[in-house]
Amino acid sequence: MRNVKARGLGLVAALAASLLAGCATTPASEPPVKFNHDPYPSTYRPYPGAPALLKNATILDGNGGRIDGGDVLIADGKVQAIGRGLSAPAGTVIVDGTGKYVTPGVIDIHSHLGDYPSPAVAAHDDGNEATAPARPEVWAEHSVWPQDPGFSRALANGGVTTLQILPGSANLFGGRSVVLKNVPARTVQGMKFPGAPYGLKMACGENPKRVYGSKGQMPSTRMGNIAVTRQTWLNAQAYKRKWDAYEAKGGEMPERDLAMDTLRGVLAGEILVQNHCYRADEMAIMIDLSHEMGYKISAFHHAVEAYKVADLLQREGICAAMWADWYGFKMESYDAIRENIALVDKAGACAIVHSDDPNGIQRLYQEAGKALAAGRRAGMAISEEHAWTWLSANPAKALHIFDKTGSLTPGKDADVVLWNGNPFSTYTRPERVWIDGALMYDANNPRLRPVSDFELGQPGEGDVK
Amino acid sequence: MSRKLLLAALLLSAAPASAQTIAIVRGTVAIGDGSAPIPGGTVVVHDGRVVAAGANVAVPAGARVIDAAGKWVTPGIVAGFSRLGLTDVDGVDQATDISSDGPFSAALDIAPAINPNAQPVAVNRADGVTRAIVAPGVGKSIFAGQGALIDTAVDRDPVTRPRLFQYVELGEQGAEQAGGSRAAAHVLLRNALREASELGRGLPAAVTRTPSQPDSQPVVRNPNESRLYDARRSQDVLLTRFDAAALVPVLQGRQILMIHAERAADIRQVIALSREFPRLRIVLVGADEGWTVAPELARSGIPVIASALSDLPAAFETIAATQSNIGRMRAAGVKVAIGTINDDDTRMAFRAREYAGNLVALAKLPGAAGLSWGEALAMVTSRPAEAVGLGGEIGSLQPGRRGDVVIWSADPLDNMAAAETVLIDGVEQPLVTRQTRLKERYQDLTPGVLPPAYRR
Repeated sequence: MRNVKARGLGLVAALAASLLAGCATTPASEPPVKFNHDPYPSTYRPYPGAPALLKNATILDGNGGRIDGGDVLIADGKVQAIGRGLSAPAGTVIVDGTGKYVTPGVIDIHSHLGDYPSPAVAAHDDGNEATAPARPEVWAEHSVWPQDPGFSRALANGGVTTLQILPGSANLFGGRSVVLKNVPARTVQGMKFPGAPYGLKMACGENPKRVYGSKGQMPSTRMGNIAVTRQTWLNAQAYKRKWDAYEAKGGEMPERDLAMDTLRGVLAGEILVQNHCYRADEMAIMIDLSHEMGYKISAFHHAVEAYKVADLLQREGICAAMWADWYGFKMESYDAIRENIALVDKAGACAIVHSDDPNGIQRLYQEAGKALAAGRRAGMAISEEHAWTWLSANPAKALHIFDKTGSLTPGKDADVVLWNGNPFSTYTRPERVWIDGALMYDANNPRLRPVSDFELGQPGEGDVK
Repeated sequence: MSRKLLLAALLLSAAPASAQTIAIVRGTVAIGDGSAPIPGGTVVVHDGRVVAAGANVAVPAGARVIDAAGKWVTPGIVAGFSRLGLTDVDGVDQATDISSDGPFSAALDIAPAINPNAQPVAVNRADGVTRAIVAPGVGKSIFAGQGALIDTAVDRDPVTRPRLFQYVELGEQGAEQAGGSRAAAHVLLRNALREASELGRGLPAAVTRTPSQPDSQPVVRNPNESRLYDARRSQDVLLTRFDAAALVPVLQGRQILMIHAERAADIRQVIALSREFPRLRIVLVGADEGWTVAPELARSGIPVIASALSDLPAAFETIAATQSNIGRMRAAGVKVAIGTINDDDTRMAFRAREYAGNLVALAKLPGAAGLSWGEALAMVTSRPAEAVGLGGEIGSLQPGRRGDVVIWSADPLDNMAAAETVLIDGVEQPLVTRQTRLKERYQDLTPGVLPPAYRR
């Protein structure tokens, strides 16, 4: 019935259009104006790097492969080769990796560096536009302060080479995320990962209903959360129909709406949904909601109860970004278990270790170690090389940048960490970190330790941190 | 079913079990006093106390022998600073007893608020944390009230030492509590000590601690010092009578004054305070910038319970924070321990051993100040105990200490290790938690005849 009616309206519209076109005094309709989908483009270019051959290390390639006593050759910003007994052209820096590990750089899919920077003062509270429950119009990159000292800690102590900065979870629709290369820069554009798609931060559960319920506004309940979310998507669908028609046929340009632009981008598959959601039952509702409205959820973040619906996540092809052992800080984190990551992985779903924290991001590799140990204690056979996918291949896939980074595959960005020991251990630290083939951190060279403007001229400037 | 019976049996048999003699043999034994681990060592616990630990220790006849071959044996982890037992879930107001906006401050005694059945207690017990220094948080004053030492055992009596210390904020938070300025916080503190002094006049002098008994503990037995309630007070008072009375033992040196301060200038003020009031038994908590004033801190003799891995200028009082802080302070002769200060302190004390392991990692890092393995373990066992004057009671496997012993699957400072056996006061503890039960319920998602709710 609805289809018939819609078709009927279409006929009327077509008739009207033909009548207009047939009128000699009316000019032909304007061709559609294309608006710029990338108005704040990345200005990042890889920094110069010397070709380097990392020799005789244990290599975890990030995609589940391992080479003992292996070599990695990086040059021209890319991984050139990986294997045993590689030779290198003259002028290549040879790095002895004996007793050390080489991995792709850690990718943190959930960070607030820059939008909740240090020092954590009110003037820096730029992560939540908590003025209405649906704020898809805000973009995290417009909050990111490139001078957040946390970026350097994530690099030097955590081996983090790529990270997604998200808006907070006060809102059902928090706004757009941005994916960054972890390189110091004067501007956020100078950090933006070239070609990485945008994400949309969504949230379910306690936070939105608490924030707005306390203001006497909708949503104040979980059902209110879902109602507002659905209505917002319905508005987005209407907006998309208008704009799709305009872009196909021209005519009068519809009004642009920044919020709806983002949601239309999601419905068109250009923007990835990154959904904060703790509880298993709520993940199931969000999955149905995504089917109802016609979009795909890329990853559930803070998926504390993912283990209860790991089979569902596997069927739907949705990643779960999780902590190793954080629990009990709020009601919806009460059922956290240590085996969450390993159990999601066992079910064949895409497991990711994430931080959401400027301290945790410095030890994601150790968090993966704890998750690995918990899984093994529960009887799961998990190899180190497989566990590293939780920190590289899987987050890269959930960010749609796996064609560019996330494994030591020849041709990919040379985002590489040399670790001074087993990279799951508390006893291990990054020794060197390359981003796009440029050496951005070297534990043996204090000059290769970035110092943010904020720390310049302060006690402890340039110290080991 | 069997697990529940086991739990019940443990509860019922708690008293007789402590009289048992247990010998843990063939493990890698670390005493917890800073010394290196001893391969193939033995630990003997009798009547709830450590009798002997180390190499060449004889197994007493009739002892229950636990084979720890391939495993590590250490004293239980002591949470150097925590709010363990004060919450079930942090974000749920009704399930949280950390601070009070009521009329009292220094008089608050956290002991009755400790809930030994709270899940965070069980989770930490299962991860080898056997004791915790528990501080209240501030409400409307710079004084938070009186903290305790607790154990994490499955029994009805979690409090080892009630009213062990008075907790006060003298940094950024202290300034906020005092009305927006550190200057106000210092005047409030001195005024409070003046009011306590006036109230305490005529009371017997403080117990003098002799050097031969460094760990003798002048516990405040009655926090309310009820005979003080009738004492005359001047009109010029800010504190309630209860609060002033609670500060009398602090002023007399019978109760520790635990002060939270981070920035270098604040730490210098704490050192100055110890000179101004020589009888105060001060313990400094936090001290992110302690390394910048380490020689002065060392000379003061004030013990420090510090955050291990704080390395961000998270506030303007922690600009110089670095993970090398503890290593540098120790190298300068400061008495340091690790605590989780405002760092998920209600739940995540079990991270202390990872933190200690991270400080071992720093020893390999050029320019950083790390710790030896033995010293790192001491930072989460004996050093916090010593900081609060209880080094003779807990925190190591030296003879006479309480029988808090953990057998680990591997090196406990690395994150691959798990606690496999936990003794508290010589009593073996259950390591089952809601978390382990949930894991068992959901580890196999194959649909059964009935829903998961019937799986237990």
